[in-house]
Amino acid sequence: MSNAKARMIARAAREITPGMVVNLGIGLPTRVVDHLPAGYPVCLHTENGLSGIGPTLPPESADRNLIDAGGAYVSTIPGSAFFDSAVSFALVRSGRLDLTMLGAFEVSAAGDLANWKIPGRFSPGAGGGIELAQKARRVVVLTTHTDRDGKPKLLCECTLPLTARHCVDRIFTDLAVIDVTPEGFALRELADGASIDSVLDATGAPLALPEGRIPVF
Amino acid sequence: MQPGYGAPRMILPDKTMAIEEAVARIGNGATVMVGGFGVPGTPFTLIRELVRQGQKDLTVIKNDANEKHLGIDHLLANGQVTRLITTHIGLNPRAIELMNAGRIEVEFCAQGILAERVRAGGAGLKGFLTDIGMDTDLARNKPAFELNGEQALLETALRADVALIHANRADVFGNLDFTATARNFNPLMAMAADLVIVEAETLLPLGGLRPDEVHTPGPFVDCVVQLQELTAEYDVVQR
Repeated sequence: MSNAKARMIARAAREITPGMVVNLGIGLPTRVVDHLPAGYPVCLHTENGLSGIGPTLPPESADRNLIDAGGAYVSTIPGSAFFDSAVSFALVRSGRLDLTMLGAFEVSAAGDLANWKIPGRFSPGAGGGIELAQKARRVVVLTTHTDRDGKPKLLCECTLPLTARHCVDRIFTDLAVIDVTPEGFALRELADGASIDSVLDATGAPLALPEGRIPVF
Repeated sequence: MQPGYGAPRMILPDKTMAIEEAVARIGNGATVMVGGFGVPGTPFTLIRELVRQGQKDLTVIKNDANEKHLGIDHLLANGQVTRLITTHIGLNPRAIELMNAGRIEVEFCAQGILAERVRAGGAGLKGFLTDIGMDTDLARNKPAFELNGEQALLETALRADVALIHANRADVFGNLDFTATARNFNPLMAMAADLVIVEAETLLPLGGLRPDEVHTPGPFVDCVVQLQELTAEYDVVQR
């Protein structure tokens, strides 16, 4: 993994505050947990039916019946609970999930998220992503700032089928921390080595710049 | 009416059955719910028997399509499935290919909405209203309502002809418990089908499960099959 991606993940970990119930989406977001200190008071939830996720286990010590939603073999910690899929999403939909971190294909300036379908190329189904995006109290996105072809992923309007509308609060990229505000995207922090111009060039929508010095992560 | 003082004590009926006999009750064209989320909770042995018996034109309702050469994939490879109601099939390239080639029809649900549709079916309800998926392709063709000033979609309840369930422990009456994340859709589907067939890792006599330990009460269950062995499919997946 590039240094920039690793720094993005480390920065995103600071988004998790004590006492939260948090669901980390499949992919980069699951790596965020590596940056939390031992003993940190947080409850991780996985939608296949576990609250209080413990460390991931290697195959030789894994429990065949204990996975997270991404299929990784995980463990329990004192206070963990198992539940069925209806209870798991009751927790999500009723507002008990404080924070989710998700990947993205596109995010719009209004906070619309597209992360589950590319017509004709990728349509495996949304799994639990729609409910996480629509109902978590705070939704943050971890993504590279541009796609593999260098095209912006932060846009005025999403072009791909939506996961949920007006749901994203904050975006962590390899270049910047950007908030979705009522006025659109607003730059909050810069990655070490990134310039304001490089962020503006890589962003496909207007970006409000802060006054004064911009924090670096 | 409960038995009065001094009345004879009843005994709960024994529902254990040979796997061949239980699965033979499934007909061609049946709608079949299958428990499991990935490997945990998938009734691999019941699926294998369904593949062996070869019932056709099945509608399968399952969270996912397992992975290639596991579980549901055997039904797909054997051409027994015409329709799949699911939430995510990204780990099974065969399912994606069959869908793209138009050889199976796939209906996608948001995961918690699939769970809730099954739960509603199991609770004898006709459906429910939700705002989940309002702004997505999944809202297409679903009736929309205004409820207290908010838009909501009608989601219909799901019931099936058959549910195939994997339990950790069962007693002979069909009281069940599940373990860890192998619970997932199993207790919901065990309530939502006309014929509920359970494979159990451990079969207990009546009283073997304390009443407080029961996750699925026996009255929902029709057939209990004891697993003779745990095949390699139940193992930790080596990636």
